[in-house]
Amino acid sequence: MTTIPSMNGDYVLEVENLRVELAYAAVDIVDGISFRIKRGEVLGLVGESGSGKTTVGLAVLGHQRRGARVAGGSVRIDGDEVLTKSTGQLRALRGRVGSYVPQDPSVALNPALRIGTQLEETLVAHGYSARDALNPALRIGTQLEEAVAAQASNSSARRERIEEMMGEVLLPQERDFLRRYPHQLSGGQQQRVALAMAFALRPKVVVLDEPTTALDVTTQAHVLETVRALCKVHGVAALYVSHDLAVVSAVADYVGVMYAGRLVEVGPKEDVFNAAAHPYTRRLAQAIPDIAGRYKIVGIPGRAPSPGQRPPGCFFAPRCELADDRTREEFPPVQNLSPSHYVRCWHADEVRASSKLDRLHRETQNGGPAGDGEALLTVRNVVASYGAHQILHDVSIDVLPRTCVALVGESGSGKTTLARCVAGLHRDFSGEVLLRGKPLERSARSRDQQDRREIQYIFQSPYSSLNPRKTIGQIIGQPLRLFFDLGRRAADARASEALERVSLSGSYIDHYPDQLSGGERQRVAIARALAAQPSVLVCDEVTSALDVSVQASIVELLAQLQHEENLGLLFVTHNLALIRTIAQDVAVMSGGRIVEYGRVDDVLDAPTADYTKKLLSDTPSLERATVPA
Amino acid sequence: MSERLIAAPTALAPAVGRSRSPLVGTMRRALGFGRTKVGLGLVFALVLLALVGPFLAPHSTTEFVGSPYETPSGEALVGTDNLGRDVLSRFLAGGRSILALSVIATLLALVVGVAIGLFAAYARDWRDDVAMRALDVVLAFPSIVLVLLLVSVVGPELWLLVLAVAASHAPRIARLVRGAALEVVDRDFVKAAEVLGEPRRKILFGEILPNITSPLMVEASLRLTYSIGLIAAISFLGFGLQPPAADWGLMINENRIGLTVQPWAVVLPVAAIGLLTIGTNLVADGLARALIGIDRGTAR
Repeated sequence: MTTIPSMNGDYVLEVENLRVELAYAAVDIVDGISFRIKRGEVLGLVGESGSGKTTVGLAVLGHQRRGARVAGGSVRIDGDEVLTKSTGQLRALRGRVGSYVPQDPSVALNPALRIGTQLEETLVAHGYSARDALNPALRIGTQLEEAVAAQASNSSARRERIEEMMGEVLLPQERDFLRRYPHQLSGGQQQRVALAMAFALRPKVVVLDEPTTALDVTTQAHVLETVRALCKVHGVAALYVSHDLAVVSAVADYVGVMYAGRLVEVGPKEDVFNAAAHPYTRRLAQAIPDIAGRYKIVGIPGRAPSPGQRPPGCFFAPRCELADDRTREEFPPVQNLSPSHYVRCWHADEVRASSKLDRLHRETQNGGPAGDGEALLTVRNVVASYGAHQILHDVSIDVLPRTCVALVGESGSGKTTLARCVAGLHRDFSGEVLLRGKPLERSARSRDQQDRREIQYIFQSPYSSLNPRKTIGQIIGQPLRLFFDLGRRAADARASEALERVSLSGSYIDHYPDQLSGGERQRVAIARALAAQPSVLVCDEVTSALDVSVQASIVELLAQLQHEENLGLLFVTHNLALIRTIAQDVAVMSGGRIVEYGRVDDVLDAPTADYTKKLLSDTPSLERATVPA
Repeated sequence: MSERLIAAPTALAPAVGRSRSPLVGTMRRALGFGRTKVGLGLVFALVLLALVGPFLAPHSTTEFVGSPYETPSGEALVGTDNLGRDVLSRFLAGGRSILALSVIATLLALVVGVAIGLFAAYARDWRDDVAMRALDVVLAFPSIVLVLLLVSVVGPELWLLVLAVAASHAPRIARLVRGAALEVVDRDFVKAAEVLGEPRRKILFGEILPNITSPLMVEASLRLTYSIGLIAAISFLGFGLQPPAADWGLMINENRIGLTVQPWAVVLPVAAIGLLTIGTNLVADGLARALIGIDRGTAR
């Protein structure tokens, strides 16, 4: 396992055979992790939740989460071993040598301190301009005292440095801005402050842990650009951890794919995405929707094994078409495909040789004939507000049978509010919501049973939308009990039937939600909606809490149900790339208004509104990023 | 869409040995603590004493077996009381009333408190404010003063005693329930039930209540402790059971004058009440500790 691609060049970060275990069991969380990053380059580490990517990211800086410990391997920054350092030495290391950008800046920044103070703190704590580095021979307290003493003479130097830092991350450099508190900044600005702090001391290595996941696409695009620029300019080796292949393709030079605690493929971005040698990489690429192309997205059935439950042999074998006896017996060794591209698969050559397209083009135009018949659901001139704050301005849309209308927009655009008005969860609006031309009451409670039955709502997070104290049978039985007069036996039969329609076994009935994976839970939520035999399904960001492979299968399922059950879908999403796959019509929302509304292909191929154009250009695309120049 | 893979629960992480209900889990964990075991032992022993005691009593509770404040003898094993009745017999018979009254009062307080707390948490509008401020008024009175006020106006009726004790506990339970439920009402499964048109009653008791059983259990056992103390105090003050009934609280009152001559008539009921409240309190403490453990373990 020591045969990692060797290349001449100044590797800043070298990770070899890293193994992290659960602290109280000899069970590995990640093992055999080897990669190197050169000065000024970005390695994108992708993987689904639980694959161990964050564990690796933290270990690179000598940190482990509670309950984990490093059990072997080495991490060297500029040839200096990190894993054997003491807590004090690591503290001195952080900031100066390696730094970390967390996923959620609103949690990472101290809400009680002005951002100027926090930035300055970073500099002071590491003795910026007072000395070169913290002296490990001195107590931290002594060093802080010295730092304070040096503060007076250095404060103007620091002030200058802070202004420089703000400039680098494209934030205003005025004093007024520095005097703000984190909550007075937008999410994107907060993340820029976090970036500024991470790059403040010119570290050699920066670990970015999903820094854009909580951000809107436009903000994300800017942050990604900033990250790239900072790494190039300052010659920083960056490890960019993300679950989003498209984001990684936009920011990284090299890509590492993690699966169940193993790095299964590492290589230059173009190679990994265009000539993937691991079946998982290929399946992952097939699972993500792309804004640039008309692809069918395909989910990966099954789930990744968690630590302690991993099979002998290749961990991907249970989900792999190529699995054979050898695959199931022994974990594949590292196979170098080129000096900078390695893979761990017994069948890498077959995978590479297979002429099968990486992604499947959609067989049919998603649109097909324009939705037929009269509108199922009509939203007419809806103006909604929360208290004095107006959220929606004169919004109108139509949902035809067997048609999916996607509602896209950034956070705060009012798309969820609109969905809630339709479902009767938000009452404070004027205008009309009509079901087959018949106006509906505002609140779900005052609607009649029939109206409530016909419009069903699926929530964003299946972790929150299923009562943890109820069995799956009870959860799905709820609409059955409320809308249909069924005996217990008939209700159970209908519940199993509903489960089977969402590709879950009927035996789930006696299980509780916490025994199910996220994707399975979302299927249960869909089954609950289907059990009511609705005509309109309102889906509020139903895939955003799920992994991409699961997202793909949920989208497949919804598209299938849409045709089988003649459903009208109102699909709320922030993910522009998804809508080509699922929707026929799209309404682009911004600031509570619909700025563009039409057929999906028309809107995406020839956008007219500036806002749509901007959204389209800011959405990262695997295809655009990996087409060889 | 060619393949429709049916996922079967075989791939599930083993859920063996884990209870589905957090309440059962909390209780099981609580039983791991020595204090809970001791507490349960005490409660069990005293409840047994109160239930079986009357059948073991050598004399009737009202029979005069000697002269007042006789020290222990063959006839009266632990002596006689202020009127010359058998202390042991009265002690054995005197636990039922206090136990029954405090349990009923606590249950009543639970029912009312849970209903008000859930209602307020779910409403979250002016009705929440009205309910909570009204409870604040009740809470402003110390329990014993509140109960004495009611009892002294209407008279020493047992039903009133139960009501008064329940009324003094219900606001505290309601506050706890409201606090615990506030977290739950924001979750999407409550909204999902609303969209389906589930009646409010079902949302409160079917969706929200099962999610707050653990803290409720802790509170219930704590309230039981206070109920026992409160009812014993009321009896002692003469507003509870009336003579010649046998009751621990009353016994203390009747016999305190002879404390130096015949201490048993006071010491026995005092010890029983003391041990009972210590027992319920230990159980509450164990449950509370187990609950904190739960929260740590399942925090997402």
